[in-house]
Amino acid sequence: MAEFFHMGGYGLYVWGSFGITALCMIAEPLLLRGRSQSIRKRIARMARVEQEVQQ
Amino acid sequence: MSSRLINWFKFSSPATFYPLARKISVASAVIAVVLIAVGLYMSFFVAPTDYKQGEGYRIIFVHVPASWMSMFIYLVMAAWAAMGLVFNTRLSAMMAQALAPTGAMFAFISLWTGSFWGKPMWGTWWVWDARITSELILLFLYLGYMALRAAIDDPRRGDRASAILLLVGVVNIPIIYYSVQWWNTLHQGSTIKMNAETTMDETMLITMLIMTLGFWAYSIAVAMARVRTVILERERTASWVRELGLAGS
Amino acid sequence: MLEPLYWIIRRDLTIAMRRRADVFTTLIFFVIVVSLFPLGIGPEPETLRQIAPGIVWVGALLASMLALEQIFSADHRDGTLEQMLLTPQPVSVLVVGKILAHWLVSGVPLVIMAPVLGLQYNLSADVLLVLMASLLLGTPALSLIGAIGAALTLGLRSGGVLLALLVLPLYIPVLIFGAGAVEATASGLGGQAHLSMLAAILVASLVLAPLATAAALRVAED
Repeated sequence: MAEFFHMGGYGLYVWGSFGITALCMIAEPLLLRGRSQSIRKRIARMARVEQEVQQ
Repeated sequence: MSSRLINWFKFSSPATFYPLARKISVASAVIAVVLIAVGLYMSFFVAPTDYKQGEGYRIIFVHVPASWMSMFIYLVMAAWAAMGLVFNTRLSAMMAQALAPTGAMFAFISLWTGSFWGKPMWGTWWVWDARITSELILLFLYLGYMALRAAIDDPRRGDRASAILLLVGVVNIPIIYYSVQWWNTLHQGSTIKMNAETTMDETMLITMLIMTLGFWAYSIAVAMARVRTVILERERTASWVRELGLAGS
Repeated sequence: MLEPLYWIIRRDLTIAMRRRADVFTTLIFFVIVVSLFPLGIGPEPETLRQIAPGIVWVGALLASMLALEQIFSADHRDGTLEQMLLTPQPVSVLVVGKILAHWLVSGVPLVIMAPVLGLQYNLSADVLLVLMASLLLGTPALSLIGAIGAALTLGLRSGGVLLALLVLPLYIPVLIFGAGAVEATASGLGGQAHLSMLAAILVASLVLAPLATAAALRVAED
């Protein structure tokens, strides 16, 4: 197991590359989710306000 | 007969594309997870150790697919931009907008992993090699596009101005690449030859291909999810969105 | 077709002559930037001679980029540009005229000043000649390419910095061949090939850039 992470002496470079790639590809969908939720909330709030005004 | 003709333009309306984008996004996300999982397994357990570069060469399984995707996405964006200018469809510009951050991210990953590959192979973090330099310039082009997009408040002007910028960029990319190559061959004094990929093992090639397809599916999934957000942001006052807003969270 | 071109150039030159300070600002910026490098690097003549082509070219590139914003901004502010777009003349011809006038005012002084700055770096006479030739071919290309960016960022809040971000990556080929021509001459290889490439870039941008600029202006004035 330790040998696997050691990568024949290239551990830092291999894991540094795969790690950053994984980080980016996980962070991007999460950030996008936050952006999507905030606009959804805004639309829901606008609709609620509108309904209250109408009543 | 006529139904075959109309179907394409039907989906160019954001309202009809919105639910379809979700289906495409979910399906691509599933494909991406499977392909990348298989690709990762193959990168570490199936692909043999390279006789020259040892285990360090495994970086190419993310480096090369990321570089390909960063270039390909720019071309796709330019194609959407051209389509948006010709047919005057709003959705085309939104697609280009939705792809840009993913393309920029892949350009960044390509540079990062290239540097992490270069350090053990050539002993420096950065080499002014033709391909690395071109990738850096591509990242600048992505950043310029996103900055212009963000600076224009009027969405219609933003669509068309950024489409023009994308087309100018795509015409320039071959010229930039050629000039950088020319520059690089003239200054070949102390730098190291980069053609490290000699004969590639077949399993290595297949692994790289699987990873590329996985990145591809990932890009589609994220771009479709982002285009949904962009549609909501830009159409938030439209009546069909209001109906969604009441039902949604 | 040539008559509107002539009038646009004449008009813009007249206006520029009334605001001569702008011309000198660009030129002085060029001189100062190029003179800063020896202070940062050290006065070693051999080193300076080696890096001179790149420094003079980057200086010229930055100076001409700084001047870009002025191509359309004044006409945009007072509404002249909108009227120009309504005239029956093809917009790209008007654009070529404006760019040409702008280059005569901001680019030509750089070409004339460059050999003086080259002397600071101990460049020999034939190298100085190639430096001038490369700038003569390169700066109009910079103005043409830069005009696209100027039109795209017309009237935007963050105009200046954004313009730099859009235009600098597109300037790279001109920089490579321009500085390359000077360097090749200095090292005895001859800059002929580089100068031909610069001329090719100039012709290509003369054909394509006005079209893109005209399209961008129509978008901005819509």
